[in-house]
Amino acid sequence: MRGSVAASWLQTAGTDASRKNLILRQHRRSRRQARLRALALVAPLCIFLAVMFAWPLATMLTRAVSNDEFGAVLYRTSASLADWDGKETPPEETYADLAADLKQAGEEQKLGQVTSALNFDWTGARPLIMRTARQLSSEPENGWKEKLIEIAPDWGNPDLWALIKRLSQPYTSRHFLAALDLQQAADGSIHGVDANKAIDVTLFWRTLWVSAAVAGLCLLLGYPVAALLARLPLKTSNLLMMLVLLPFWTSLLVRTTSWIVLLQGNGVVNDLLVWLGIVGEGGRLSLIFNVTGTLIAMTHVLLPFMILPLYSVMKAIPPSYVRAALSLGASPVTAFRRVYLPQTIPGVLAGTLLVFVLAVGYYITPALVGGQSGQLISNVIAYHMQQSLNWGLAAALGSILLVGVLLVYWLFNRLTGGQGLRMG
Amino acid sequence: MASVSFANVSKTYDGKTSVVDNLNLDVKEGEFLSMLGPSGSGKTTCLMMLAGFETATSGEIYLDGRPINRVAPQRRNIGMVFQNYALFPHMTVAENLAFPLQVRNISKADIAQKVNRALEMVELPHLGNRRPAQLSGGQQQRVAVARALVFDPKLVLMDEPLGALDKQLREQMQYEIKRIHERLGVTIVYVTHDQAEALTMSDTIAVFNFGKIQQLAKPAEVYETPSNSFVAQFIGENNMLPGTIVERSGNLCKVMLANGDTIAALAVTDAQAGGATQLSLRPERIVVDPAPDGGDRTLVTGKIVDQIYVGDHSRIQVRVFGGHEFIVKVQNASLRRTFSKGEAITLGWHATDCRALDAAAGHSSGPVQ
Repeated sequence: MRGSVAASWLQTAGTDASRKNLILRQHRRSRRQARLRALALVAPLCIFLAVMFAWPLATMLTRAVSNDEFGAVLYRTSASLADWDGKETPPEETYADLAADLKQAGEEQKLGQVTSALNFDWTGARPLIMRTARQLSSEPENGWKEKLIEIAPDWGNPDLWALIKRLSQPYTSRHFLAALDLQQAADGSIHGVDANKAIDVTLFWRTLWVSAAVAGLCLLLGYPVAALLARLPLKTSNLLMMLVLLPFWTSLLVRTTSWIVLLQGNGVVNDLLVWLGIVGEGGRLSLIFNVTGTLIAMTHVLLPFMILPLYSVMKAIPPSYVRAALSLGASPVTAFRRVYLPQTIPGVLAGTLLVFVLAVGYYITPALVGGQSGQLISNVIAYHMQQSLNWGLAAALGSILLVGVLLVYWLFNRLTGGQGLRMG
Repeated sequence: MASVSFANVSKTYDGKTSVVDNLNLDVKEGEFLSMLGPSGSGKTTCLMMLAGFETATSGEIYLDGRPINRVAPQRRNIGMVFQNYALFPHMTVAENLAFPLQVRNISKADIAQKVNRALEMVELPHLGNRRPAQLSGGQQQRVAVARALVFDPKLVLMDEPLGALDKQLREQMQYEIKRIHERLGVTIVYVTHDQAEALTMSDTIAVFNFGKIQQLAKPAEVYETPSNSFVAQFIGENNMLPGTIVERSGNLCKVMLANGDTIAALAVTDAQAGGATQLSLRPERIVVDPAPDGGDRTLVTGKIVDQIYVGDHSRIQVRVFGGHEFIVKVQNASLRRTFSKGEAITLGWHATDCRALDAAAGHSSGPVQ
């Protein structure tokens, strides 16, 4: 009797354990399915971001340091230059290799890649290569070395060969150096380029201060508007919010044309100022096609990006806080400074960062209304992308910009106490 | 301590409807006055006008005899406890309490001392360094009270300060606020829609409806002797019976009900014979199976609809006078029996407990918007 009870107890214990196992397995399976479902939901976006954002970004970063086009075209030359000591001109075989490389490049129409790389550091590289490539059809009598030097004396200059060797390395710092207005001499030392060529650093600084000024102006103009919008009844504030968002809905060209009509020398603003007697006929202000125009137009376009985060933070502050401060005896100014303003800081930081980051990358507006003095670094990047076709330099400029923006973001994160940004 | 006086104060937002309608009200020094009424009755607007956040459309408000309509809120020296406390979230509790003292340019040593004293008064001396978000609702409430009192205002306004607390905490805070009021002797104007709160704490209750004061009296009077049918229905529970006055004699009158019965009632309304009235009778004033006594007791028989047990008392629903259902509240200690549904029952009450009021809620004083 007792034995059978014990046996049935053991049996129950056994089934209990297996039941527990079964439940555990089912639990794991359902968790796995839930995870897969979640993954399937975010997968399209992840793939899109990887293909359209992460991959191009990585390409840009590698292009900024890569040199492989040059080395790939002159592959024989770079191989034979590998153990050249750089003191005298290279041996005959290297000249033969160069001739073979240039010949092949000419047939494959890849000479442009060679010249554009060389042209940056070697004056007259383009005519040199073209002239050389044209005269390679017949085999030389006394070897390629003599013939090439005869075609162009530059081929007898070890500095040119040192340059070719340096350009043949798979990785190079010359794009980054150029982006910072620096260059590497043939002996490897780094020094600044001629003052009349040094433009990138100036433009970096201009981009930074213009962006900071635009963010500051947006804050100055947007803060009172956002505070008003947050206090008004929803119906009125929705209507006014449409006015705030109007720049978003206006075509860029229409907006820019309006600015030109308003701000040009004989434009509405100047006419008004002259009519009011504030400035004389001869003292008409130049408000467009210079950095002032860039500032005005960018502030206008970016203002909503300041107002929206401010508005969403301010909307969450009940009016009773300021009332409480007043009832406790604080003047309206003190109530604003000590109670309202501190609570809007997250919005101020978010808006400022957003506007600054967007302004740093601004390109079309400065191109249209900036004139010469209102161009920003993005315009130079676009120039190198589309006109000079120096993609390596464009990539280096872009990478420096990216690092700068990340630095600013990190700084803001530190300022907000590591809580990150609240966009609303 | 301060006295407050509203003289013919009206407030309108759209020029047509009055939120506050020709209000006259005096609050004596050291008095605890509650403004009690449903939402939209004008009580909060009155408080906001007193605090200076709203301006009266006409009339004048006096603080200690001086007109204050044109005085900015920050110059009124009135403490205020807000509905959601409005404790500054970016400051610690101690900084919150120091704020009104700092803007008054009080020396640092005095500020520290006053802040400590205020924290001790609300029994939170150890929480000075916390942020408001780290406190429980009850603690935030205490800090809000302390902040409204720390700069020694003569008048403190409270705008439904206990609304966000649960029932138990609310009752506890009611006694605490009352205790502080008695200790400091400060004048308090307290806005609430909770009648129990008003009854427990106040020296005087002003019952608001439609921007007018319906009754201004001590809590017991407001409860026991409502002056019109709105007050009778708004405060506590009442059995209401419509009827027509047949004749008035002295302070009593005879009222005919819809089913043709005629009963005696205390004539509170001004309506003369032939006028409509609402009879109001407190459930706890009704006696079950009364012993026969003098002639002034009204007796009526009815049928039990239901009996609900509520712990200390029972609520008995009785159908009387044809179709009307009366609620009768009986202490269980004195009842000692249960009724079955449909059983006949005799109810009795003194004629003076049955008050003949005006015919419709809120219609007793002035026009209704």
